[in-house]
Amino acid sequence: MIRLTIAAFLGFALLPLIGNVHASSINTSSGWNMPMGVTDISQEVFHLHMTILWICIAIAVIVFGVMFWSLFKYRRTQGAKSAHFHENTFVEVMWTAIPMVILVVMAIPATATLKKMYDTSNADIDILVTGYQWRWRYEYLGEDVSFFSNLSTPREQIYGQEERGDFYLVEVDEPMVVPVGRKIRLLLTANDVIHSWWVPDLAVKKDAIPGFINESWTRIDEPGVYRGQCAELCGRDHGFMPIEVKAVSEEEYVAWLASKREAAITEAQGADREWALGELMERGEGTYNTYCAACHQPDGKGLPPIFPALAGTGISIDPSARQAHIDIVLYGKTGTPMPAFGTTLSPAELAAVITYERNAWGNNTADSVQPAEIRDLLGSQ
Amino acid sequence: MASESTHAVLQPNVGTAEHGHHPAQMPTGIMRWVLTTNHKEIGSLYLLFSLLMLFVGGSMALVIRAELFQPGLQYVQPEFFNQMTTMHGLIMVFGAIMPAFVGLANWMIPMQIGAPDMALPRLNNFSFWLLPVAFGILLSTLLMEGGGPNFGWTFYAPLSTTYAPPSTSFFIMSIHLAGISSILGAINIIATILNLRTPGMRLMDMSLFVWTWLITAFLLIAVMPVLAGVVTMMLLDINFGTSFFDAAGGGDPVLFQHLFWFFGHPEVYIMILPAFGIVSLIVPTFARKRLFGYASMVYATASIALLSFVVWAHHMFTVGLPLTAELFFMYSTMLIAVPTGVKVFNWIATLFRGSISFEVPMLFALGFIVMFTIGGLSGVMLAIVPADFQYHDTYFVVAHFHYVLVPGALFAILAGAYYWMPKWTGHYADETLGRWHFWLSVIGVNLTFFPMHFSGLAGMPRRIPDYALQFADFNMISSIGGFLFGFSQLIFVWVLVKAIRGGEKAPAKAWEGAEGLEWTVPCPAPIHTFETPPKFVPEVDSPSRH
Repeated sequence: MIRLTIAAFLGFALLPLIGNVHASSINTSSGWNMPMGVTDISQEVFHLHMTILWICIAIAVIVFGVMFWSLFKYRRTQGAKSAHFHENTFVEVMWTAIPMVILVVMAIPATATLKKMYDTSNADIDILVTGYQWRWRYEYLGEDVSFFSNLSTPREQIYGQEERGDFYLVEVDEPMVVPVGRKIRLLLTANDVIHSWWVPDLAVKKDAIPGFINESWTRIDEPGVYRGQCAELCGRDHGFMPIEVKAVSEEEYVAWLASKREAAITEAQGADREWALGELMERGEGTYNTYCAACHQPDGKGLPPIFPALAGTGISIDPSARQAHIDIVLYGKTGTPMPAFGTTLSPAELAAVITYERNAWGNNTADSVQPAEIRDLLGSQ
Repeated sequence: MASESTHAVLQPNVGTAEHGHHPAQMPTGIMRWVLTTNHKEIGSLYLLFSLLMLFVGGSMALVIRAELFQPGLQYVQPEFFNQMTTMHGLIMVFGAIMPAFVGLANWMIPMQIGAPDMALPRLNNFSFWLLPVAFGILLSTLLMEGGGPNFGWTFYAPLSTTYAPPSTSFFIMSIHLAGISSILGAINIIATILNLRTPGMRLMDMSLFVWTWLITAFLLIAVMPVLAGVVTMMLLDINFGTSFFDAAGGGDPVLFQHLFWFFGHPEVYIMILPAFGIVSLIVPTFARKRLFGYASMVYATASIALLSFVVWAHHMFTVGLPLTAELFFMYSTMLIAVPTGVKVFNWIATLFRGSISFEVPMLFALGFIVMFTIGGLSGVMLAIVPADFQYHDTYFVVAHFHYVLVPGALFAILAGAYYWMPKWTGHYADETLGRWHFWLSVIGVNLTFFPMHFSGLAGMPRRIPDYALQFADFNMISSIGGFLFGFSQLIFVWVLVKAIRGGEKAPAKAWEGAEGLEWTVPCPAPIHTFETPPKFVPEVDSPSRH
């Protein structure tokens, strides 16, 4: 049976070698080990990890070596007679003192690296990162640019109706774009529950906690796309709120900022005109599926009792509750997971999604809400 | 080693069923078990309950492993997946591991210290019967509208308060009941050990299992009220409009984590210290050599227990603690490696120049030493804050704590069960089946948990129902291993049933190298033992004698 064990160990040691040839890597990891990453800090962390790993392996080899040698040498079946000693002060002092020394050796570089990781001063760019159930929002402080970043992997891939892409579950619709070679300070918070913003290639993992603003920083030298995921259990779709950081040249970054600003202006102008019901429904469906469907479900049936149904029930079919419906979408509902969308979505998106909810899935109230109405409501605050 | 003459001195006045306590009044049938105040019967109840919970929690683990066998969502939806991870953790921690240790304590502590029973027998009955109620409530939440707890066994607020399913108040109730059970059990164990030792037995003459349980019991009394406090604050937040953990009301979500882990870290040692005690009995027995460094084992256990109160924030390195706090908790956590290392070295020094045989209890004890050490070494890695930023909340952590809890705590419990099965049933466990159980468990446990080190390091977060394609191979291996390990545990049930029904009869001293008062009473132990205290001569009988 010992042979069987060894075979099994070798088996699982080799399997991934064969398998990983096909699977594409989502970070700089070999697939076995911590990614080396692309920042000075991430490389320092990697080397620290390797140092400690080798120390631990060496300890394991020595300890298990002595143990297995004793088990082999002093087998009763080989006629071993037991000795009578049961203490030895010198040995006991040594195996208390030597580990202490090893720990100090580990602690010194760890302390140095940690100090660097905590130094968030003199940043060039500040980005406010806010965790939502279940998406991230990035706000470039002082740049007038902010947007949500949602999982872009289609449901069909998750449920196996479509072939899965290379970046299955680690791809988003709007990546966080940063320039290379600049110190970026991340200010992290959350809107609902605790999330954790983690990009392995940057060696940044920091919790995003409602009511707190945590700080972290990174400086990326190599252009590229670096992927990560939420690392703190945050509810149903915790596994479905990835992070994508796109590092580009300074010029590209400036151009990207400008295009984001322009897009925001175009979006706001949507409130200047009258929208047809069909147009609102079409826009609303997209908005609904991105922001609402995770809880209220694509078919509007919700997941009661926590996430109520919208189809065929409640304020979304009550003609007299149109204003209540608008209010709950704009301002949220305290004491429940329903967030306030009024400050984060555009008037056009809000009007469209409310219209959609009042007319989809057989709700057919024929109510429509115009972007201008939402803009005026929000503007009158 | 106890000589034959020692046994004559130790000859206990053994009560037998014939002249036990008023057999005519003893209830029969189910009521006998409901009303029993006998430490052995209550011990059996605890052990059987924990075995049942092991299979309930294990089935949930297999739901998790089935879903993670391949990328994509196949069998369960994320909300049910989260309920499974949460319930698996809660049931294994509070329903399987902890009650198993209390069951072993009930059976063995009075017999090891020469006491007739636990100090507080009725309280003992009450502590046990709280558990089926607590876990009945907990399991019933799965059937409630909105489902059971889905916020992880660590139930971080506000996910477990504002954003939790309505069944959360029932979850809180069940935690309270399980907590009361633990506190009462701990009081009973302390009272028993401090008051009922046979005349002549000093503290430093107690077996290490008794010692580790004494220290564990103090940990339980210290931290279970903190858990009770934190769940009560949750209850108030959910139902009575307070804002302890709600930032919008001026509360502090991080406070929850500080309170939880102030309970949670000592809790980790509650689940491992008695395991150290069991292994410290089994290794000398089968190495036929006295335990090396008895006194340093006691001091190391006490050091680990004390340190466990000042390391809690190492579970929270990413919450944004100030630099000085991170450094303090890093250093204090690393320090725990020292007493833990002392223990491992002592066990190996006990093996060194022994006369070693490999019966099933010894196999599980040796498996414990090797794999617990692997878990301990990954624990040292996790203490290093900059690296922990990469490990935290990944499968690396899952691998770490399963190594210390499954081939750690669980293997020690199984080792103890095989070791004392002759004392409980009168028959040796089937050696062949036991070996199959051990080797299949070793293969299963390593196939399950070793690849998790790799998937975690490569970037797979824990508690996710679906994952990037890069992690597919390791997850498939883990799932195969998980099923192998899970089904292998059925062999243990077979072994146990077989030993209860018959098998090779064991003498009072079932193992040649065993020491301690429990081996002076017959196998199976009669319902009442040590009605008059046995003689104990420290110079001859103490494990710390010179």
